[in-house]
Amino acid sequence: MAVDAAGELTRLTAAEIAAAIAAGEVSAVEVTQAHLDRIVAVDPDVHAFLHVAGLGALAAAEEVDRKRAAGEPLGPLAGVPLALKDVLTTRDMPTTCGSKILEGWRPPYDATVTRRLRDAGVIILGKTNMDEFAMGSSTENSAYGPSHNPWDLSRIPGGSSGGSSAAVAAYEAPLAIGTDTGGSIRQPAAVCGIVGMKPTYGGSSRYGLVAFASSLDTPGPLARTVLDAALLHEAMSGHDPCDSTSVDAPVPPVVAAARQADVAGLRVGVVSEFSGDGYQNGVTSRFNEAVELLESLGAKVVEVSCPNFTYALPAYYLIAPSECSSNLARFDGMRYGLRVGDDGTHSAEEVMSLTRAAGFGPEVKRRIMLGTYALSSGYYDAYYGKAQQVRTLINRDFDTAFEQVDVLVSPTTPTTAFAIGERADDPLAMYFADLCTIPSDLAGNAAISVPCGLAPEDGLPVGLQIMAPVLADDRVYRVGAAVEAALEQRWGGPLLTQAKGLVQQSGGAQ
Amino acid sequence: MTQVAQLVPYDEAISRYEPVIGLETHVELGTTTKMFCGCRTTFGLEPNSAVCPVCLGLPGSLPVTNRAAIEYTIRIGLALNCTIATWCRFARKNYFYPDMPKDFQISQYDEPLCTDGWLDVVVEGQSFRVGIERVHLEEDTGKSLHMGGATGRIHGAEYSLVDYNRAGIPLVEVVTKPIAGTGAMAPAAARAYVTELRDLLRALGVSDVRMEEGSLRCDVNTSLALRGAREWGTRTETKNVNSLRSVERAVHFEIERQAAVLDAGRKVVQETRHFHEDNGTTTPGRSKEEAQDYRYFPEPDLVPVAPERDWVERIRASLPELPAARRTRLQAEWGLPDLDMTQLSNAGALDLVSETVAAGASAADARKWWMGELARHANETGVDLAELPITPAQVARVSAMVQAKTINDKLARQVLEGVLAGEGDPDTVVQARGLAIVSDDSALTEAVDDAIAANPDVAAKIRDGKTAAAGALVGAVMKATRGRADGTRVRELILERLAQS
Repeated sequence: MAVDAAGELTRLTAAEIAAAIAAGEVSAVEVTQAHLDRIVAVDPDVHAFLHVAGLGALAAAEEVDRKRAAGEPLGPLAGVPLALKDVLTTRDMPTTCGSKILEGWRPPYDATVTRRLRDAGVIILGKTNMDEFAMGSSTENSAYGPSHNPWDLSRIPGGSSGGSSAAVAAYEAPLAIGTDTGGSIRQPAAVCGIVGMKPTYGGSSRYGLVAFASSLDTPGPLARTVLDAALLHEAMSGHDPCDSTSVDAPVPPVVAAARQADVAGLRVGVVSEFSGDGYQNGVTSRFNEAVELLESLGAKVVEVSCPNFTYALPAYYLIAPSECSSNLARFDGMRYGLRVGDDGTHSAEEVMSLTRAAGFGPEVKRRIMLGTYALSSGYYDAYYGKAQQVRTLINRDFDTAFEQVDVLVSPTTPTTAFAIGERADDPLAMYFADLCTIPSDLAGNAAISVPCGLAPEDGLPVGLQIMAPVLADDRVYRVGAAVEAALEQRWGGPLLTQAKGLVQQSGGAQ
Repeated sequence: MTQVAQLVPYDEAISRYEPVIGLETHVELGTTTKMFCGCRTTFGLEPNSAVCPVCLGLPGSLPVTNRAAIEYTIRIGLALNCTIATWCRFARKNYFYPDMPKDFQISQYDEPLCTDGWLDVVVEGQSFRVGIERVHLEEDTGKSLHMGGATGRIHGAEYSLVDYNRAGIPLVEVVTKPIAGTGAMAPAAARAYVTELRDLLRALGVSDVRMEEGSLRCDVNTSLALRGAREWGTRTETKNVNSLRSVERAVHFEIERQAAVLDAGRKVVQETRHFHEDNGTTTPGRSKEEAQDYRYFPEPDLVPVAPERDWVERIRASLPELPAARRTRLQAEWGLPDLDMTQLSNAGALDLVSETVAAGASAADARKWWMGELARHANETGVDLAELPITPAQVARVSAMVQAKTINDKLARQVLEGVLAGEGDPDTVVQARGLAIVSDDSALTEAVDDAIAANPDVAAKIRDGKTAAAGALVGAVMKATRGRADGTRVRELILERLAQS
């Protein structure tokens, strides 16, 4: 294999990199160095990373090379670089969650996902930017400044896993881990033109994932191809005794499904509630084309109504803030992280209050207040209780739908990437970005976003969302891979190669 | 500074008012590991040495329920005649405090594991059935030490230290229904309930229940209503009452205090109160108006607890003999009247007597020694009977020596004294102190002859056939041998020698 130009190494898929390393065509150290060089070259513009662990990454790569030389067995992703969302704990790197309140905090333990990646020989390049405590859809809520969309640096890369999606789209890493609570993997994947998967809730461990909303948070993969996402999905998933909500069942055969990539005879339901007003024209037209494509590939397409999906957004904005108001209580300045006012004149209670006032950003404060209110005595039934009832109704809508169809499809997000600053002062407009992704979070089922073209009016990527029942994760990979193959044939290559701006400009060898 | 509470003398208060009490008892379970992580629960470790990301509530950590704690709680629930939930959840109780690592406590709210049971207690020979509202499971908090202040409370302290070793230790809360109808016996009933609960928990093997280490803590609710009134009065909740005696005193004090409030035509304030061990009084804590809203909601990090029915039945089948049943059985075996049995029980001597009987002593002897000589000694030295440096086996040995006439009761007391003084086991003490009874005729004859010679008048009476007078000579011999002579043999010798003359 021609691996003379480091720039080419960053263009390879994770599967290609792993194969090249396993075949001895390239070393893990070379691959890692190429990606570290790429980060140095483009991250000042993209700002995908909050922390780059160059030395640690190279040491891990050396270990992979040593194992290979010694003839020890290597996993399917050994030596492949990855960008880790800064919400998962790492012993050897800070974990800030994009918040001032955890600036410089070094956890004494690895998250289960982190540990599994290390065990698989995956090379962790560093920690990626995110909306503070995963609350947002643009990374503009990061205390460390926003990340930028590699397709157009003036636009948002989505959120909250926007650092992860930007890193993958800018070829800084072939793989990234994100977390999805209301769409935080799928929406950034969609607006960056890459693949993002929210596994079934409990399919991937939450141990070491700093909680936003415990009943919703799900770690998952971001990648440039469906197969790469499946490989990462398989490496990071499986039962974890440290997470009592972890599913004690075999990981669905997602890699095999991604390789199968056919939809003949599959019943596909189009969610009728997710269209019309508020949907950008280019999003609607690309989505409709994708549906026609599925039909042409042999799928049976029907329209399915899920009437309670229209209540998903308000229900989510009661449940998630309620849980976050409790989960974020521990950031009180007593044991770790920021401490303000400890000068001998303030009580412990005052120090807690001053620390939280200084350490949390406005969106985090807004949600803590919303949640505190929703759980208050006298309001609980009307807000939190009612939202849980809506959650049950959404589950029933899915159950009814999946009696008729194998998968449901919708646009991933109503619009393409908007401009940085455009919705910063309008929380409701920002929340609208997660309109289509939230139902799968509330129901805890599997959903993926795959690129389905560019909106003609702005030339920016559009995402197709594919949803499947709980533990039928393999199904969305099967459909996603079929769509990907057909579209790439139509386009003459991956969507990302059509990106103007940073991705192409900086594409050559550095 | 603090206003001294006005009090009405107890008997007077009770003559006008009817008390209703209620108890919430927290018990640390004796599991090997904590409620939601694998840390040790050993008491007295170096501060902050039994901690991990989970019990420190570090960001990202998650709890996993300890099955043994669930099993222990079900044992308690079954022993208290409760219904065991088929499905229930933990809940988060949200409030900020530095010794709570997550700033919420994982507890149970409206779905407790055990509900609606009862426990019978006996007060002064009268049996009361105490209703049990609920038994639920939660995690303990860390322990704050407020340094440099006068009161040991956070207000006025210069700084505070926190030990998180206790954070996450499984804690069971047993809540009674309101206990009415105990009248003047209310303080004693409160004490009897906690005593019975403690014994029950010990018998179940779910906790070592060391009150002095804080492994059992009580909140005591008290209210008063005018005699004959249809509605109960406003209650106060006296927090953290940590000994049996304090439970009794706290109720007693609140009855006297609330009676004075009501007599003055004022209203009892619904509030929590602090109990003061030193003088037995209570003072106000925070009142209900400023009470916190804990914003309970189901704990999303934990799956629901759904104990399988056959597991519950296996636990039920494995329950040991409970204290009340055991007392009934032992009383029948020992043939004791109610009063003696109650005394034994109240003195905490049941196990000791039982073990002494098991070591070979008769029930009457075992009871005699533990409730007599040893109880007196314990009382004088201010320790519990069980803490005396003597074992049931040693007491049984002393009893056996009396039976074998190696020693008599008077000598036996000296043997016990020797054992308690650390002189060794009973045989060693008898040997070292030379306490064995002298029944050897050659040794006794000399002392008998001396006594006859020294008391010619008494000897004359005996010769005349007044054998009852022999007692005086026996006494003289006993005195001369410092009690070591075999009294029966001495009497025989005296009569023999005076008949011969």
